Amino acid sequence: MSGLEPDKPIEASCDPMQASPPLPASGFNTRAIDLGRIECLQILDEHGDIEEGLQPDIEDNELLRVHRAMLLSRAFDSRMLAMQRQGQMGTFAPNLGQEACMIGQVWPLGDEDWFSPSYRAFGAQIWRGWSMERLMTLWAGYHDGFPPPDDVKDLPFSIVIGSHVLPATGIAMAMRRAKDPHCMVVNFGDGAFSQGAITEAMNFAAVDQAPIVFVCENNGWAISTPLDKQAGNEVLAARGAGYGVHSIRVDGNDILAMMTAMKEACDRARRGEGPTLIEAITFRMSLHTTADDPTVYRDESLVEPWHNRCPIRRFELWLTRTNRLTTQDCDRIREECEQEVLDARAYFRKNATAKPREIFDHIYDTITPELESQRMDYLRRLDRKGVE
Amino acid sequence: MPKCTMVEALNLALDEALGNDQQVCLMGQDIGVNGGVFRVTKDLQTKYGADRVMDTPLAECGIIGTAVGMAIYGMKPIAEIQFSGFTMQAFDQIEQNMARYRNRTQGRFNIDMVMRAPYGGGIRAVEHHSESREAYWVHTPGLKVVIPSGPRNARALLAASIADPGPVIFYEPKAIYRAFREDVPDSPETMELGKANIAQSGDDITIISYGAMMRPAREAVEDLTELHSINAELIDLLTISPIDTETLLQSVTKTGRCIIVHEGHQTCGVGAEIAARLAEGGAFEYLVAPLKRLTAPDIPHPYFQVEQHFLPDPDDIIGAARELMEWT
Repeated sequence: MSGLEPDKPIEASCDPMQASPPLPASGFNTRAIDLGRIECLQILDEHGDIEEGLQPDIEDNELLRVHRAMLLSRAFDSRMLAMQRQGQMGTFAPNLGQEACMIGQVWPLGDEDWFSPSYRAFGAQIWRGWSMERLMTLWAGYHDGFPPPDDVKDLPFSIVIGSHVLPATGIAMAMRRAKDPHCMVVNFGDGAFSQGAITEAMNFAAVDQAPIVFVCENNGWAISTPLDKQAGNEVLAARGAGYGVHSIRVDGNDILAMMTAMKEACDRARRGEGPTLIEAITFRMSLHTTADDPTVYRDESLVEPWHNRCPIRRFELWLTRTNRLTTQDCDRIREECEQEVLDARAYFRKNATAKPREIFDHIYDTITPELESQRMDYLRRLDRKGVE
Repeated sequence: MPKCTMVEALNLALDEALGNDQQVCLMGQDIGVNGGVFRVTKDLQTKYGADRVMDTPLAECGIIGTAVGMAIYGMKPIAEIQFSGFTMQAFDQIEQNMARYRNRTQGRFNIDMVMRAPYGGGIRAVEHHSESREAYWVHTPGLKVVIPSGPRNARALLAASIADPGPVIFYEPKAIYRAFREDVPDSPETMELGKANIAQSGDDITIISYGAMMRPAREAVEDLTELHSINAELIDLLTISPIDTETLLQSVTKTGRCIIVHEGHQTCGVGAEIAARLAEGGAFEYLVAPLKRLTAPDIPHPYFQVEQHFLPDPDDIIGAARELMEWT
């Protein structure tokens, strides 16, 4: 599991430029290419200490806004899990312990920038302006929840793993052509990175110099498959380097590192300097989804060390130590977030409406004659069954 | 305008679209400097620049997936897949995203794009270069499928496909890319999608076809009239999805006999769907003979030394028509 140790940079076996042995007499050099050292950015360690000289220049109110968003994400996460267990919610993918990844990757985005989430990124969606009641509507199986809100420039997430990354890249390619100084952030996991479509996307972005930031949230697990069965080279960022994409690794549980790396990558994209791959190293502490039981395939001892690496815990250690917040403040914000989620749930319960008569309405701009005839049959069936 | 081949007519339609709308862009493999392996995009990169007539990396899934994104951002991409056999690489993006984003987002993202690809056999090509798998896309909710049969309707249908607000699969019958020329009007021309064309009127039997198979079908219809005194009605589908069921029903209720001719495989092919619609839709009581399909068998397109007798030819159509005429 060495690839999951965020604070250990991967050491190359040797310097590729200097340590090459002399060419054999045949003239062929058969030594493999060595990408050298790929470092992992960490600013705030798990004790809540900042590495000397690395503190980013971020205003306090931004830090507090991000802190609150992380708490809100966690409150939403645990409420959704509870609702699913109570039979009030469909299958849901929790995000426990990945809050820094999620909020950090969307923090630098403005209203004109785009975000393309994967399905575990609800905290980022809330940050971007998706209401929690809309997300509840989505996960509870109503069509209304899936489209992004009108004023939010996001893609809906794709259920097919990694399938959204190419459209996200196309959006960035269109931005460059329109000379719009915006960027796209697209999020996917370590499992998704095995999909060919994502390497195609990185290659297209590199060739086109598209303004996109690929965020691979490497949480170590794709349902039951650990990283060492997913990837021959556990340094996933190396793949981006191979495609000519500016690639870095970041401690994904360190919110300051995520914010810093993402800001730099988004700025680079907006300046027209092309795509970036950020491999954010984190850990899926909870279930793949509510339909999953990790005790079948994962030893609890693997989860244990990540409690101390919790992104919220370490951020709060630092925020309180530097007098930006008190522990009482943290408790109060937690309670406020919990109340916000409960308010959203009340709104969701009151307003979510199934609309079985509308399921044909958005297949085509104008319904085709054949489909219209199928729709009429279906409506007659609903009439017979007495369904509104 | 002098008489055009289909390749030239398609080039004209693309040129007109690029000239009329800044949001239209072309993307595909070798479509720029090279003008496409069949030269359909010849000279367009010189005229409109490499950002609007884009040579892409060699990845079909990537072409369609990024085109979908460009459409979401407001562009109108026309993506070329070099041979329709290679659209299988893009199946993921066509099925998951191109066809579905509109429904997934309740109409917020309309995927205003066209996927063009040459399809069909008869050009003595290697494996995967002769497929006719349009039925996949007919089977996929959210798509329209269009297949022209000559230079003039190719230009008009491509213009209509580009103008259509949703995603359109435009399959080009490469066997007749340069097989014959037709007058193409100087001014832009379009056609309504979803409408079949009665290529020749007749009372005895209905022959339904599309694309490159319209050539042997026309030949058969002429011979049936001249040699066998059988007046066949020939219908050119033009739009394969949505199928113009109404025109087909009107014809078959009149003739009582029907042959469906296509290059795609038989099982669950376009002919199967047409036969079902005729049987369900009111033609049943007018039929005096069983419905007949002349299609490719359900095997991969054979290698070119043995492809000559694989697809339906005029003799097959004439034979089938004469057989059906024996039913009274």
